[in-house]
Amino acid sequence: MTEEPQPEPFDEAEYRRRQRSRANLMAWMLGGLAILFFFITIAKMQIFA
Amino acid sequence: MAQSLTHGETALPADWRDLFALTKPRVMSLVVFTALCGLLAAPGAVHPVLAFSSILAIALGAGASGALNQWYEAGLDAKMKRTAGRPLPAGRLDRQTALQFGVGLAAFSLFLMLFASNWQATLLLAASILFYVFVYTMWLKPRTPQNIVIGGAAGAFPPLIGWVAATGSIAPLPVLLFLLIFLWTPPHFWALALFVRSDYAAAGIPMMPVVAGEKSTRRQILVYAVVMAIGAIAPWALGLTGPLYGWTAVILSALFVLLSIQVGTRTTGEGDLMQPEKRLFAYSIAYLFILFGAVVADHWWPL
Repeated sequence: MTEEPQPEPFDEAEYRRRQRSRANLMAWMLGGLAILFFFITIAKMQIFA
Repeated sequence: MAQSLTHGETALPADWRDLFALTKPRVMSLVVFTALCGLLAAPGAVHPVLAFSSILAIALGAGASGALNQWYEAGLDAKMKRTAGRPLPAGRLDRQTALQFGVGLAAFSLFLMLFASNWQATLLLAASILFYVFVYTMWLKPRTPQNIVIGGAAGAFPPLIGWVAATGSIAPLPVLLFLLIFLWTPPHFWALALFVRSDYAAAGIPMMPVVAGEKSTRRQILVYAVVMAIGAIAPWALGLTGPLYGWTAVILSALFVLLSIQVGTRTTGEGDLMQPEKRLFAYSIAYLFILFGAVVADHWWPL
């Protein structure tokens, strides 16, 4: 008789670690883009003024 | 699969490092550098914020192309030693995430280019992404040994996009810079293909050494190197750049041709370490970096 392969145990700590690191990165990137878009707008206003 | 994606019913979210690896950061560095050189060599001044944003858009577009390339070639990558450790073949990322990431990044790069620069540069960036993904990756690469000859056009776009982002129009110099990368691509990739030939053969990719054999590939490397050298000196000969670029191009291209002669005229036996091929491959990268640096130096500090 062959045994059914058992699914790996769910590693909640790893799941949370990845979720947290992605959320942090996304927050930094969105913050950076907000600042970048602000300065692009200012630059365009200077050019077309 | 080296590592399971799921733990029971719950899929693990992809690690951001694997998403970053999808963008082929090393290829991206050359793209960013040549695009920056195209932008800096253009006449007139660009606002630093807009210049930075345009280069960022080009980098993101290149990253998107790399991600979509890896999404499409995940099966092939698994068969090659050189690429088996990438996130998709290694099983650290699922294909759906890679596709969504690539398409999202491509769309965002175009939006950023349009917002920061002009529609002409945006159109060129869109063309380069579509060309790399559909023409090179999906159509040419699995079908013809000329894949990297025609596909080289995709990698040649960045200096042209950089220039157009700065000026809004195309001029002879960026077209020649486009031509330079286009002609540089075959000797660069075929030098690599010679020493990873068995990898390409295992994956069934019709690279030149696999289809036409080593001897023909070596001869073609030499021919392309000579044509590329002429293309590299052309901007000086046509009066588009000064002697600083001209002499740099003459000296570096002569060395490129010399290294190509070494590769082009030799035959190898079993267990050959392929040192001349590895040397040519490494030199070709430095060659492009220095030559494009010289274009900028010549524009800003002419002799």
